[in-house]
Amino acid sequence: MQLTLWTYEGPPHVGAMRIATSMEGVHYVLHAPQGDTYADLLFTMIERRDRRPPVTYTTFQARDLGGSTAELVTRAAAEAVDRFKPRALLVGESCTAELLQDQAGTLVQGMNLPIPVVPLELPSYSKKENWGAAETLYQLVRRLLAHRIPAPGTPRPARDPQRRPSANLLGPTVLGFRCRDDVVEITRLLGELGIDVNAVVPLNATPEDIARLPDADFNIDLYPEISGITAAWLQRTFGMPCAKTVPMGLSATREFVAEVAALAGVDASPVLGRERPGAAGFDSSKSRLAWYARSVDSTYLTGKRVFVFGDATHAVAAARIAAEEMGFTVVGLGTYSRELARPVRDAARIYGVEPLITDDYLEVEKAIADAAPELVLGTQMERHIAKRLGIACAVISTPMHVQDVPARYSPVFGFEGANVLFDAWVHPLVMGLEEHLLQMFRDDFEFHDDAPPSHLGAATEARVTGSEVAPAAVAPVPATHETVATEPASGSVAAIVEAPAAAAQAAATDATVPWAAEAERELRKIPFFVRGKARRNTERYAHERGVKTITVETLYDAKAHFGR
Amino acid sequence: MTDLSALPPALPLGSGLRGATIPVLRERGQREVFCGLTGIVWLHRKMQDAFFLVVGSRTCAHLIQSAAGVMIFSEPRFGTAILGDRDLAGIADANDELDRLCVQLLERRPDIGTLFLVGSCPSEVIKLDLAKAAERLSAQLLPRVRVVSYSGSGIETTFTQGEDSALGALVPLMPRSEARQLLVVGCVADVVEDQFRRVFDQLGVGPVSFFPARRAGDLPSVGPNTDLLLAQPFVGNTVRALEALGARVLEAPYPFGAEGTTEWFAAAARAWGVDNAQFQTVTRPLEERARKAVSRHVTRLSGKSLFLMPDSQLEIPIARFLNRELGMRLIEVGTPHLDRRLMAAELPLLPTDVALSEGQDVERQLDRLRAASPDLVLCGLGLANPLEAEGFATKWSIELVFSPVHGYEQAGDLAELFARPLDRRERLRV
Repeated sequence: MQLTLWTYEGPPHVGAMRIATSMEGVHYVLHAPQGDTYADLLFTMIERRDRRPPVTYTTFQARDLGGSTAELVTRAAAEAVDRFKPRALLVGESCTAELLQDQAGTLVQGMNLPIPVVPLELPSYSKKENWGAAETLYQLVRRLLAHRIPAPGTPRPARDPQRRPSANLLGPTVLGFRCRDDVVEITRLLGELGIDVNAVVPLNATPEDIARLPDADFNIDLYPEISGITAAWLQRTFGMPCAKTVPMGLSATREFVAEVAALAGVDASPVLGRERPGAAGFDSSKSRLAWYARSVDSTYLTGKRVFVFGDATHAVAAARIAAEEMGFTVVGLGTYSRELARPVRDAARIYGVEPLITDDYLEVEKAIADAAPELVLGTQMERHIAKRLGIACAVISTPMHVQDVPARYSPVFGFEGANVLFDAWVHPLVMGLEEHLLQMFRDDFEFHDDAPPSHLGAATEARVTGSEVAPAAVAPVPATHETVATEPASGSVAAIVEAPAAAAQAAATDATVPWAAEAERELRKIPFFVRGKARRNTERYAHERGVKTITVETLYDAKAHFGR
Repeated sequence: MTDLSALPPALPLGSGLRGATIPVLRERGQREVFCGLTGIVWLHRKMQDAFFLVVGSRTCAHLIQSAAGVMIFSEPRFGTAILGDRDLAGIADANDELDRLCVQLLERRPDIGTLFLVGSCPSEVIKLDLAKAAERLSAQLLPRVRVVSYSGSGIETTFTQGEDSALGALVPLMPRSEARQLLVVGCVADVVEDQFRRVFDQLGVGPVSFFPARRAGDLPSVGPNTDLLLAQPFVGNTVRALEALGARVLEAPYPFGAEGTTEWFAAAARAWGVDNAQFQTVTRPLEERARKAVSRHVTRLSGKSLFLMPDSQLEIPIARFLNRELGMRLIEVGTPHLDRRLMAAELPLLPTDVALSEGQDVERQLDRLRAASPDLVLCGLGLANPLEAEGFATKWSIELVFSPVHGYEQAGDLAELFARPLDRRERLRV
């Protein structure tokens, strides 16, 4: 028994719903009590789906338990097939039905329906949503390809040289992070390389699309949480090679291009030539990230402390982008995907941080508070944590909210995806020049710490509440390039905030050392958004050295101690 | 006693067999509704010293999180004890686990005075005895924390019935009293409670208690001289339990809209012998103000047809309000459960040509809906966007329980909830 307040993942049958809802011509009969239909609103509200999920619930009640709940299953299946005319039927059970042991899948298989029936066994009391989605896709693909499985040892026929090479995109689903646009972006990228997309599965796929998966030359395991086991089975059974690089971030996209070009036997240089590392490539490149990251305005991004948490795939990719493509410092990395914990552990080793493998929201909150990052890259759960802690945040992974399904085209994979990520992560931060202007004007009568934004009028409260990007709201100051950009932290007391994460936690438990009035006044000169950390670190420094009263000297001693 | 007949007999109460004889279509099939666990979302906001611990599955946790829509609190006053394979293997161990978890939880939350153990579908099916667990834990934790149990499972409760179960579980713990008093039953927003109290004070009706109170620990008393006035139409089991302790129900329509609210207060005024002049002095200005607020939406809603999908059991009173005060045409009024006794004062107020349905087969009901092509549909969140995509204007039923809609001061807001989707359609040119 595990106490849960908020969950990162739903139960496994919700994963099965994601597969069914992603597809056309597939229906899911779910043996479930009243109330389990709540899951419909995930699709209709978060993704604004214009259709109900293709799911028929048996809706059994307490009074049915004495009699035959099994009969409800066959009736629901017959009515669903009659009404919706699916071309493949998934049959499964939610957590309560699993306890009844009605064997819903077997029952429906016994009905001799004129369509393929795929019974699902998704253990609700040990597995979760992504596992359920992966298992459902795997079972569905196996069933629909049963008639095409070659005898073991059959060599894979060579591609007709007249035909362009082709690949399958595996794993994109509804309620997956930015899948809709990632598919478009990757399809375009493959097109530039001269590679066709044979099938995208399961997003917008039909059962017939699945049946022709083996026609492609290779697979692309785009979302390993969902398609990893299916890609592995296709490799084992049909000898289909698989591209495993997830093209999130500039370097990863380059590596992805090289990998798929090699698998397809095509020349990658027309694409990669424009995307050389270090090259501005402003006119030819599709990725502006490399140049934007090198442009002087981005200097202020250097060493920003970033905490990363999400599903394994997005978290690992985000950490790499943060470190190598944004110049941030990764101060925390973790995932709720226990199935894919290993790559996260490996990545954490690279950044010298302790991997956080947990689905306990409170544990994540504590880790973030302890690490005192300046930016959190996480799920909607971390968005709430960050908001509460007053830290900037961008969402990089499911679970997500309705605002993470934007109307505009905004992939996170491929070259355009890298551009999107640059913008998404920089916007919540205080802009570089703004940071200096804040320093310059901090005692200005119109622009002191407590002054409301001038453009909102004198009567307005200091901060507009409810904004997801609160820290960006501080500066109505125009950031002109006439102002000289310098390294923000180096010349100021703000360097004190660079104290190591573990230390910050220790400070929290220490008794507070009193401040001399003069030192308090000096502390006030530090920009408000780093003042709290400067205060904590100075107090810790003082406490550790047995300082009785914090003076201006203590403040600067602490700054020197923690500064880089 | 004053002349009772002088009080507003404005409504044809018991005057005829109008809506009371409407045939009811009873259906079984797929239900597109929440289970009773959802009530936790508003109950925990009302009872600020209570924690709701669902003993269930990951599905239960996911449901509450999804229904609540937003995560506002880092440590909300509800949570789920998620059953694992090990708990299913041995009930004895599950009991130990539950005890351990509750004690651990309460150590962290010294602000909690009442802990609700909430049963779910899986806990009911494996017959985990939460009543016994509550007894066991209470013995250990009283007087600091009282532990109570109820079921919010989908196999037994639909959506708002979860509140009925929760309140029903508190009835045996209520102190007994012989005093003449009024008890308002059903969760209302604090702002509504305050408004109601002011009116009762002005009428001279009292003492008045609200059930649930703002603190679960402040249980109102009950006894043979307690009159019950129902603020919500889904508290049938709670009412029966209170009646068993001697309380009696004041029959009235529910306090939605100007008319419903006046009738509701009139029921209490009659029982307390308030004279008509005083009643009129107190309620007339309030009713006038409410009517004025409602009237702003009449042009938009009058003559428009409405189809109500079953969800909260509020459908019948809401339909009555929209029909009588805003002139909407009712096509079908669906309710998950029709409690005729609790609807005794409402049903006669419905027009005779309305179709009433109880229970649900969602596909067949949607067929009827499409055939009737209403101007506005009241439905749950799972159906709203798909119906909008088909061209229907919709109103989310969950707003009826998540936002204050009772009483005079909210009558205009309630009308506005239904006018807004139509207003929006008139504005949009895309």
